[in-house]
Amino acid sequence: MAPSNNRRPGFSRRAQYGVFWSYVFAVAGMLVGVILLALSYFDPSTFGAARTAVAEVTAPVSSGLSSVGRTVGAVPNGIGSYFMIHDQNIALRKQIADDHAVTMRARAINYENRRLKALLGLRERIGVPVVSARLVSSSPTSTRRFAILNAGSWQGVERGQPVLGPDGLIGQVVEAGPNTARVLLLTDPESSVPVRRTRDGLPALAVGRGDGLIDIRSVSNAAASFAPAEVFVTSGAGGVYPPNIPVAKILRHGRDIVLAEAVMRPNTLDFALVQRAFLPAPPRPVATPVAVTKP
Amino acid sequence: MRARHRGPFEEAPETRLSRLLPAIAIMLGSCVTIWPTIAEFPFLPPVGLLMLLAWRLIRADALPIWAPLALGLFDDLVSGQPLGLGIATWTMCFFMIDMIDERLMFRDFWQNWLIAAGGTAFYLVVGRLTAVRFGAPVDTVLLLQVLASIMLFPVISLLCAWLDRDYEPA
Repeated sequence: MAPSNNRRPGFSRRAQYGVFWSYVFAVAGMLVGVILLALSYFDPSTFGAARTAVAEVTAPVSSGLSSVGRTVGAVPNGIGSYFMIHDQNIALRKQIADDHAVTMRARAINYENRRLKALLGLRERIGVPVVSARLVSSSPTSTRRFAILNAGSWQGVERGQPVLGPDGLIGQVVEAGPNTARVLLLTDPESSVPVRRTRDGLPALAVGRGDGLIDIRSVSNAAASFAPAEVFVTSGAGGVYPPNIPVAKILRHGRDIVLAEAVMRPNTLDFALVQRAFLPAPPRPVATPVAVTKP
Repeated sequence: MRARHRGPFEEAPETRLSRLLPAIAIMLGSCVTIWPTIAEFPFLPPVGLLMLLAWRLIRADALPIWAPLALGLFDDLVSGQPLGLGIATWTMCFFMIDMIDERLMFRDFWQNWLIAAGGTAFYLVVGRLTAVRFGAPVDTVLLLQVLASIMLFPVISLLCAWLDRDYEPA
C-alpha cells in the first residue's frame, strides 16, 4: 500500500498550519506522557484516584460478566452432582466417621489452649472482618499483579488492609475508591509478606516473582534448608497481616531462596474477605495550637 | 426519503460513526482487560495497542496524529500499567510509523507486521522496565507475552480491515 501523504494537505495555508499545530500538540503531549511516566515510576501510587474512578465504571461490567459465567458454569456441575449424589453421600458419611476422633482431640486441645492462655494472661488480637466481596478483574496485560475488588471505602475498605481467601492470603489493598478497591496480589514482584514455617517457626519473607510463583527468602542468620510441601503462614510481623494465615507452599529443595507457590489461587468465583489491618499504625499526633505571644 | 444516487467517482459521505469507529474499536480493545479473570502472569497481549497499530497501518488517515495521547491515557487507566506509559509509547509508535512512511515507498502486510511487532515489543519492554524493579524474574513471561502479541497482530489486522470494509478512499 502506498503511504498516503497526509502531511501535505495542499496549497491551503490554513490546512498546512492545522497539520503543523497537530504535530506540535502531539509532541507536547508525548513529553507530558514521559513526565507522567517518570512520576508514576518514582511513586506508583500517584494517579490512583484516576484509576479507581475508571474502575468504578468497569467493575460493575466485570461483575456482571462474571455472574453470567458463574451461572453458565454451574449448569454442567449441577447435572454432574445430581448423578453423583449417592456415591458422594456414602463417601462423606465415611469421612465424617473417620474425622470424628480427630475432631474430638482438636476440641480438647483447643479448650486446653484457651485455658493456658487465660492462665498466662495473654491478650489476643483477632482479625476484624470489614467486608466480603468478589474480586472482579485483574491486570492481565501488565507485569504488575493487581486485582479489582468489588467493594470500596463506602463499605469500609481502606488502603493497607489485608485480603484473605477461603484457603489463604490473597494480598493487600493498595488503592480504595468509593465502590472498588485495587488489591496487590501476593505474586506481584513488589509484594513481600513476613512469614514463618509451620513446622518450626523459621522466619522468612514471601516475595512475589511476577510469573505466578513466590520466592521464599530466609531471614535468619543460619543457612536454612527447605523441603517440598513445607507450608508457610503469616507471622504477624509488621502489623499488616494477622498471624497464621497460609501463604505459600515450597515446590522444591533448596537453601535460603526457594521457589514456592501460593496456597490461595485467587479467582473470580470465590469471595474475598477484607480484614482490618492487624495492628494499625497509631493515629498521628494532633498538632496542639501553640500560643503565640507578641513581644 | 430515498437516498440520492451517488456518482461513481464521488466520495462516500462520512458519518459520525465512521469517523469515531477506529477510536471506539481501540477503546474496546483496551477494555479486554476488564474480562473477569484473575491473571497470575501477564498472558494477555495489549489488544488496544495492536488495534491502534493495525488502524494506523491499514489506513493512515483513520486517526489524527494526536489520537494516541487520549487513547493511551484511557488504556493506562484500565490496564494497570503505570500511568503515562501508553501516552508516551503509543505516540512514539505513531511518530516512528510516520518516519517509516517517509522513507518507504510501499508497504505490504509483512512490513506492517514487522512494524507492529517492533511497536508492541517496545511498549511491553518499556512497561516492564518502568513497572517492576530490574531484577524481578518476569523476563521469560514477558518474552512469551511479546510473542503472543506478535502472533495476534494478523487477526487484529483482519478485524480492523473488516470493520473498515465500508470505507471508500477518495
